[in-house]
Amino acid sequence: MEIKLQKISVTSKVLSVLGGILFGLGIYTFNYAQGISYLTNNSNVCTNCHVMQNNYNAWIKSSHHSVATCDDCHIPQDSILEKLLVKSRNGFNHSLAFTQQNFYEPIQITPRNQMITEKACRYCHMNFIKAIDTFHNKENSLSCIRCHSEVGH
Amino acid sequence: MKKKFICGGIIAASSLITIGLTALIMNIFERKQEAKNPFYSIVEVTDKTEDPSIWGRNFPLQYEGYLQTKDMEGTYYGGSKPILHTPTDNDPRLIVSQSKIEKDSRLKKMLAGYSFSRDFREERGHAFMLEDQIFTERQLATNQPGTCLNCHASTYKAYKELGNGDITRGFEKINTLSYDKAKKLVKHPISCIDCHEPESMQLRITRPSFIEGIRAVKVSKGIENFDVNKDATHQEMRTYVCAQCHVEYYFKGEENRLIYPWINGLKADEILAYYNEINFKDWTHSETEASVLKAQHPEFEMWSQGIHAKSGVSCADCHMPYKRVGALKISDHHVRSPILTINNSCQVCHRKPESDLLSCIKDIQDKTSQMHSLALDAVVDLIDDIKLAIKKGFLNEQLTEARNYQRNAQFLVDFIGAENSTGFHAPQESARILLQSIDYARRGQLSIYKNLLFIPKNHKPELLK
Repeated sequence: MEIKLQKISVTSKVLSVLGGILFGLGIYTFNYAQGISYLTNNSNVCTNCHVMQNNYNAWIKSSHHSVATCDDCHIPQDSILEKLLVKSRNGFNHSLAFTQQNFYEPIQITPRNQMITEKACRYCHMNFIKAIDTFHNKENSLSCIRCHSEVGH
Repeated sequence: MKKKFICGGIIAASSLITIGLTALIMNIFERKQEAKNPFYSIVEVTDKTEDPSIWGRNFPLQYEGYLQTKDMEGTYYGGSKPILHTPTDNDPRLIVSQSKIEKDSRLKKMLAGYSFSRDFREERGHAFMLEDQIFTERQLATNQPGTCLNCHASTYKAYKELGNGDITRGFEKINTLSYDKAKKLVKHPISCIDCHEPESMQLRITRPSFIEGIRAVKVSKGIENFDVNKDATHQEMRTYVCAQCHVEYYFKGEENRLIYPWINGLKADEILAYYNEINFKDWTHSETEASVLKAQHPEFEMWSQGIHAKSGVSCADCHMPYKRVGALKISDHHVRSPILTINNSCQVCHRKPESDLLSCIKDIQDKTSQMHSLALDAVVDLIDDIKLAIKKGFLNEQLTEARNYQRNAQFLVDFIGAENSTGFHAPQESARILLQSIDYARRGQLSIYKNLLFIPKNHKPELLK
């Protein structure tokens, strides 16, 4: 099937060009902002926007750096869907805050993200934690990171 | 018509999206550029560049903070509040800070006969160190020596030029000059060059008194021949550059050499013991004729006794905390009370709400302030008793003990009062020193009562019931 250029209306042509420019600009921005890197599990991705450089530096020196990346503790491990959801939610919030430069420092973890980290502790250390929970955590009130707040960074 | 409307709408929407995307990409570009250049090399700074504004062209963010030390902001017990001042021939300042002796007349009594009983104000920011020293009424009360400039001006270049390259020799020469002559050799309040080595920006010590003082401290810890500029760690230097001035000191002998009295140790009573051993006095108290001492801003000494020092936290960690500017991390050169920067100063380690941390600080300072007030009362009571005893015809021998107690008690209470943290740097140590001060003052009163020749003014029989 052959479509002749003349048959496409001027409006459609203009709109296609506009759409193309937009798409190109979008792709370029995404690439310039290292968008693809956010789909990986690399810890240094978290320092892309500089704010978490200190946390990253501390993680490098921490006991966990050889066994867990940022994502391992800050992104849910249960399902790929949840993982993507949390990544995009946090990613959006972080980029918005950093672009507007209006966030509180030092940065603090939100209760929702703290729960994710708490679950991550239990995900790896379950065998050990079971023993503690049996005796001390009847109401599910014991938190790992309340005391071990500096194991990650 | 409808088609045109839709087209127009699409064009408008895509324009907005394009504007948004371009703005975003420019924003990312800016942040990336910031991250690439932690500083700008625009002018060359050398070991002779004294003017901070020249350094400021290479380090605009740090320089901006440095300039902000002009801000006057009060905290609960410290900081400075602007007070209007009517200019006089000797003092053209339009704004000064609040007077300590007007706020508390007990201080005036304790300092009777000394220049500080004429003019004693809250310290203002670094930007004012030179002019506040030049125009204080204390200059009229006594002939101050050039030594004072050690901590009231940028003296590195003057020391170096006067000593032909040797800062210690230059320092010795300025000490012997009169203040009026010496002040002509300096231009700026403390400047970049006083703490930074110009080529590498490494921290360095430029005040001979501290080089000698810290060597003595290290000897008492079993370290011989400590050369602070070679042997100190970076974290130690982040305290030592401040400790070049925020310390207790005295002027020794005819040559007015500035000495930090740390041979016995850094604690207030160890410093007092040293002064007693060498029989040093700052002045003779005009109401009691006791040979007394004035303590001066011993922040380094108090900090050394506290939990933060023991945990390796330096002055700069709290008073010049790291802060983020765009994609850059810099030391905040707006040196000030951490109460004004709790997030960057405290919360980096203490993960608690600001209000909790603030109430911790306030609690310590309220309690210290109460104890300090009790100790000042005790010293003033002793001064009144000695005065009365003199009036009643006590012999000098009968008052020697009381006068010695006054000297000790007032140095210790002053040590906490002149220190800028109202106890925060070392709460328990402050309490110990204030208790000792009260003890000395009351023992001084008892030494007079022993003679039982008069009924003491402050004797309150109802308290004995």
